[in-house]
Amino acid sequence: MKNMEKDKEDIFNLIIEKDDKIEPKDWMPEKYRHTMIRQISQHAHSEVVGMLPEGNWITRAPSLRRKAALLAKIQDEAGHGLYLYSAAETLGADREELIEELHTGKAKYSSIFNYPTLSWADIGAIGWLVDGAAIMNQVMLCRTSYGPYSRAMVRICKEESFHQRQGFDILLTLCRGTIEQKEMAQDALNRWWYPSLMMFGPKDKDSVHSAYSVQMKIKRLSNDELRQRFVDTTVPQAEYLGIKIPDKNLKFNEKTGHYDFSEPDWNEFYSVINGNGPCNRDRIKVRNQAYENGKWVRDAATAYAEKQILKKIKNETL
Amino acid sequence: MKHSENKKNWPLWEVFVRSKRGLGHKHVGSLRASDAQMAVENARDVYTRRQEGISIWVVESKNIIASDPGQIDSLFDPASDKPYRHPTFYDVPNEVKNI
Repeated sequence: MKNMEKDKEDIFNLIIEKDDKIEPKDWMPEKYRHTMIRQISQHAHSEVVGMLPEGNWITRAPSLRRKAALLAKIQDEAGHGLYLYSAAETLGADREELIEELHTGKAKYSSIFNYPTLSWADIGAIGWLVDGAAIMNQVMLCRTSYGPYSRAMVRICKEESFHQRQGFDILLTLCRGTIEQKEMAQDALNRWWYPSLMMFGPKDKDSVHSAYSVQMKIKRLSNDELRQRFVDTTVPQAEYLGIKIPDKNLKFNEKTGHYDFSEPDWNEFYSVINGNGPCNRDRIKVRNQAYENGKWVRDAATAYAEKQILKKIKNETL
Repeated sequence: MKHSENKKNWPLWEVFVRSKRGLGHKHVGSLRASDAQMAVENARDVYTRRQEGISIWVVESKNIIASDPGQIDSLFDPASDKPYRHPTFYDVPNEVKNI
């Protein structure tokens, strides 16, 4: 019996080593399964909670075109949450339990969504920086070792590049506008820059799950590598916009070929992760309200489906 | 009250989308819906927001019979030692055309 278990583990390791994908019905170590469920469900929760800061601006978008684009983006995020919950379910996770973990505050989601969207420029900054950071992470995850997660990421990446562009487009318009509009863009960058850097997670040396994730090819790049890549691609874009990244130490390093930059405040990061960001309680409250307010719709749909089944049985027995 | 205590999940459905005429339906993912009609409507919203398809199939996941990944060898190995099923197995002299 012990040997059979060992054989299965050998086959699993061989698949990982060959860069093949693990599929739902394959044997996998419990640690891999748990890590995958944790990561995919946190990702799903982030998509769902990520709708809230932007939803705040739908009714106040400055034009019909902006409003339509923002609605489409938020609808995509709902869709992305659904792809990801489905992927988590292929590992044996229960969707209702996952959602409950979010609503009771037990589950984590990306800390970035606990910051408020104070001005219209924030919607631009979210698209440009937050979606930009998410895309950087997700492009890497297209090659993750778990098949359903990888397939969901491919779909998500295809859809999400418009998100980043619509954000950049908002900021570009503001930066070409009045002085006040450009100041709004600068203010948004000031507030969103460091929280965006935090999105890649703690420093490699402080990251609890990183080593295992890289070993199992769940992640292909470390937190620090992704963060550096994000800074390197974003700095020239900020220069084009003509706004300044709020970091005195930001400087191109000729030796490394990369930008040197200041670390975000990691104490703030852990504080927000642990529930003490500016909007944590509100986000969870709004999620719970939406869930409770939608209950009668779900109950009605369930009752209708049951009634249809009974009707069908009755007709068949007649 | 805990959500999951008095709740059961809606049935799980697998979604297949035909991207255009002439192509087969391809599996794109799954979703939860209370009945078949809702599954089709949700599949439209979740999987075809950018004109990815012109036809959708949904099948309740529990109705799908899958082969056992542990049986890969016994199921698929017999095909691997029959190279004569492929045209490249046969040498055709250069002089012979159109074959």
